[in-house]
Amino acid sequence: MPVNEYKPLIVAFCCNWCSYAGADLAGNNRLNYPADVKIIRVPCSCRVNPMFILRAFQRGADGVIICGCHPGDCHYTSGNYYTRRRMALLFSMLDYLGIERERTRVEWVSAAEGAKFAATMNDFAKTVAALGENKRLEDLRCKK
Amino acid sequence: MQKITRDALVNKALALLDNGTVDRVLGWKKGELAYDVTPAVFTDGKSIGEGFVWNDFCGANFSKYLIAETKKTGSKVLVFLKPCDTYSFNQLLTEHRFDREKVYAVGIPCEGMTDVHKLRAAVGEGICNVEADGDMLAVSTVYTDEPVNVPAAEVMLERCLVCKSKKHVAYDELLGEEGEVAESARFDQVAELEALTPDERFAFWQNELSRCIRCNACRDVCPACTCEKCVFNNPSSGVENKAAANSFEEKMFHIIRAFHVAGRCTDCGECSRVCPQRIPLHLLNRKFISDIDNFYGEYQAGAEVGSRAPLVNYDQDDLEPSEVFGGRE
Amino acid sequence: MQRIGVFVCWCGSNIAGTVDVQAVSEALKTEPGVVFSTNYQYMCSQAGQDIIKNAIAEHKLTGIVVCSCSPRMHEATFRKTAAAAGLNPYMVEIANIREQCSWVHKDMPIGTEKAIILGRAAIAKVNLNTPLTPGESPVTKRALVIGGGIAGIQTALDIADAGFEVDIVEKKPTIGGKMAQLDKTFPTLDCAACILTPKMVDVAQHEKIRIFSYSEVEAVSGFVGNFDVKIKKKARFVDETKCTGCGLCTEKCPQKKVPNEFNLGMDNRRAVYIPFAQAVPKVATIDADYCSMLKNGKCGVCAKVCTAGAIDYKQQDQTIEEKYGAIVVATGFNPISMDKFDEYAYSQSKDVITSLEFERLTNAAGPTAGKLLRPSDGKHPHTIVFVQCVGSRCDSCSEKGKEYCSKICCMYTAKHAMLTRDKYPDTEVYVFYIDVRTPGKAFDEFYRRAVEEYGVHYIKGMVGKVAPEGDKLMVRASDLLANKQLNIEADLVVLAAAIEPDKSARPLATMLTASMDTNDFFTEAHPKLRPVESPTAGVFLSGACQGPKDIPETVSQAGAAAAKVIGLLAKDKLTGNPCVASSDELMCNGCSSCANVCPYGAITYENKEFRMPDRTVAIRRVAKVNPAVCQGCGACTVACPSGAMDLKGFASSQIIAEVDAICR
Repeated sequence: MPVNEYKPLIVAFCCNWCSYAGADLAGNNRLNYPADVKIIRVPCSCRVNPMFILRAFQRGADGVIICGCHPGDCHYTSGNYYTRRRMALLFSMLDYLGIERERTRVEWVSAAEGAKFAATMNDFAKTVAALGENKRLEDLRCKK
Repeated sequence: MQKITRDALVNKALALLDNGTVDRVLGWKKGELAYDVTPAVFTDGKSIGEGFVWNDFCGANFSKYLIAETKKTGSKVLVFLKPCDTYSFNQLLTEHRFDREKVYAVGIPCEGMTDVHKLRAAVGEGICNVEADGDMLAVSTVYTDEPVNVPAAEVMLERCLVCKSKKHVAYDELLGEEGEVAESARFDQVAELEALTPDERFAFWQNELSRCIRCNACRDVCPACTCEKCVFNNPSSGVENKAAANSFEEKMFHIIRAFHVAGRCTDCGECSRVCPQRIPLHLLNRKFISDIDNFYGEYQAGAEVGSRAPLVNYDQDDLEPSEVFGGRE
Repeated sequence: MQRIGVFVCWCGSNIAGTVDVQAVSEALKTEPGVVFSTNYQYMCSQAGQDIIKNAIAEHKLTGIVVCSCSPRMHEATFRKTAAAAGLNPYMVEIANIREQCSWVHKDMPIGTEKAIILGRAAIAKVNLNTPLTPGESPVTKRALVIGGGIAGIQTALDIADAGFEVDIVEKKPTIGGKMAQLDKTFPTLDCAACILTPKMVDVAQHEKIRIFSYSEVEAVSGFVGNFDVKIKKKARFVDETKCTGCGLCTEKCPQKKVPNEFNLGMDNRRAVYIPFAQAVPKVATIDADYCSMLKNGKCGVCAKVCTAGAIDYKQQDQTIEEKYGAIVVATGFNPISMDKFDEYAYSQSKDVITSLEFERLTNAAGPTAGKLLRPSDGKHPHTIVFVQCVGSRCDSCSEKGKEYCSKICCMYTAKHAMLTRDKYPDTEVYVFYIDVRTPGKAFDEFYRRAVEEYGVHYIKGMVGKVAPEGDKLMVRASDLLANKQLNIEADLVVLAAAIEPDKSARPLATMLTASMDTNDFFTEAHPKLRPVESPTAGVFLSGACQGPKDIPETVSQAGAAAAKVIGLLAKDKLTGNPCVASSDELMCNGCSSCANVCPYGAITYENKEFRMPDRTVAIRRVAKVNPAVCQGCGACTVACPSGAMDLKGFASSQIIAEVDAICR
């Protein structure tokens, strides 16, 4: 492996009931995805405040993905519907500010979709790696 | 030039004070210069007679002041509301931010307000007097003997040039004639930006937002930013910062501020009016408004009291975040 | 400052195979707050748990991080371990280095590096953890069942049999609901009354059950275990305690022209009436809209004939206030109005009837004493056309009917067709259908018998128009399989009207803060796994208020709802999930954003006095979260513009600390 190959830093927010369990299932089935992906467990995707996403970018994340139950399947009945609106608007705004739209993503992954989880993370990591480092939303003071 | 006269407003205020309907008046008073008209609370006829101002510089939206005013003891406060102000008024009522019973709202027509920056750019510094005469403004400066005539429309605030409504959506009493909701071109600039490449957009906003000095004027004037404690002043919020130390924080502040008011912003334009750095902040808010209209159906915050804001609402068939940009390849 | 212990599990070779556990526990030793770090082969084993317990005591740990398998696997285990060692169980965080690290990454240095980062994030979070104690609330050991149809009856009986008090609120004068109006029931063709009325009597006689008939729920407040309900008992102008149900008044009342709703208006009743012979409670009710004594003070016959002295013209509506631990919604369904279906001539011809009307026409206690006679002329019909899916499975853009399948129509139409052919072999029976849907035990066999043994003509196709011509009904239809137009000269047309939730359901849902779908059916807490619970804790769903159902399904769901209620009422105290939202009232704007997004109605507002900086007192509206109702989703925390709303266990500061630790 080349020593200085660029490795993106990806933060994945996963809801406890579906996507986190989907990630566990990916593990149970030994489905590989890059270690660049670090998961943060939240009770529901609707717990993810846009501030958390901006914070991750500020601290040098190259991509942020939010995973939740499929619409209609939310453990709390409606949480992911709010997530869907919030993220649609936030992502559109980031794009409007000229930030690469591929750095953010929302994906619905059920507890049964371990394969989808792994495939999603592989794809997202590849997409973000192709973009290169996040330069437009980082706080330079936070760089090592 | 405003169609409604200062006398009409003053007389209304005096009459309402006299008959005891209200015991104070939220109005505009003269500032240090000819154009820095300032919000003020008047409590007696004398000070109104001397200090009350109504001219093309009365852009200030008083809705937000009602939060503090209605907490005071005493009877009602009289507030003058231009059409655009009434939307903020309703939005604040929707959010239970002030006590409607303690307000006497008088709707007043508005012909558009003057942009001080544009005026200064047109006639130069040292403006000492501005007189409105029909469609023209006669501007005297300390450097000229004769007043310079400027067409009012040329120095009008951007928000007034694309005025969304001359209709009042809330009042107890209306002075002058009621207007109509207008066909506004207010999203044209948003569309122009959207048509640029991401790199161009980034350069545009980098240029605009890098001028931000974090004076917080946009937040302080915003009738949607009425939090008891702002997240930017709250050390435990995780985003507290008081100065824009680098390009990220400028963006962070403005994205979060725009997101916090998304779906609640009535597009009153106060943020851009007060920005000392002339950052077109309304373009952030209007982006959210135009997205909301496109994604979830047209929604005008403040058009009616009690309506449910788009971000605290949903539809099972809402578009997916991945569909925002016409789907991923 | 916390004193944190870090425990890295090998999980045999499951973790240790791709993660250098020694390196992880070494690296995490220097993280802020960490005073102890170790690794062990199986942390979840007794020996592993003992390591944790000993370390808690020895190093006076205030928080622990276990780097192990998924928290979905062993979070509960390690919380118990902590509690056993005297540490608050919510001071435990798990770093998932198995499912989300060692099992998905093959390379040891990469796996190790990631495990360290995940451990760091968990440590950053624990640094901000606070001890949490689940709230407790007492449980009122009484249930309220709203609706006295078969669903409500079954739920009430099952709860009462378990020894808990149950009140049934029924808006009609009698319990029994739709099932009481049916003649026979599919697929076994038992007589509905024969199997329902004994249950109604059981309800009436059960010492644990009270029936509030002719009553409606007026207001609901409180939360799971502690509901306060106001019930309006409408004035029936008959003293229930005195009336013996002899029925003399209902025979002597001179006002004979009141449409009888029990027979769907196909015959008349008196102004004072008992809906049907087996009514429970068997008590007369005076219809104030028709009684001339109540309308203009003239008459009084019923009072004169009543030997029990039960008639009371001055009776007023009464409001009863009662406390309940659980509420079961069993508000049932109604057939939709046929107003928008003019093509079937329902409003033009008396001989176009709905299936429920057909039930009454064939019922021995119905308007024709069970003889199948045409409503228009009392003649025996020789050709009957049944039309299925009238208003069911409609196009979403047409505003005529419902998009959903009403589920019960295929089976009851097969029943009607079969019974008609059985009793009147000289009658030709046609059934027009889109699809015949008969999933259910012995259902398809039942339908096939109708076709094969009883010779019912099943035709796939839609009826386009029904036109009355003389004493006939001209039915124009298409036969899709034969691809031809049909013209049938019918004597009677029966419409299988779609069913919809009762109109009382929507306002009730608002009172209960229970959610509904766009069709006004109550939503279940989970469509698969919690089908009889509403998302609102303490509110349960029984029968067709949740979706179209036949009797067997309704009864089983009613029993399931009862089981859930019993499970709740059996508890003396409810222990909540401590990871709930709470609002900092100093920061709260009272804007209602949080309440708007709360799926559980857990947030209310109160006006509270605050001392202002200038020493005056101001009243501000602030949000209050009921921890017994909040389920901890966190939707409110993001809706709140000021950040006043936060979620315990998943606080914004904790999540931000995790983000920072990962992005360090």
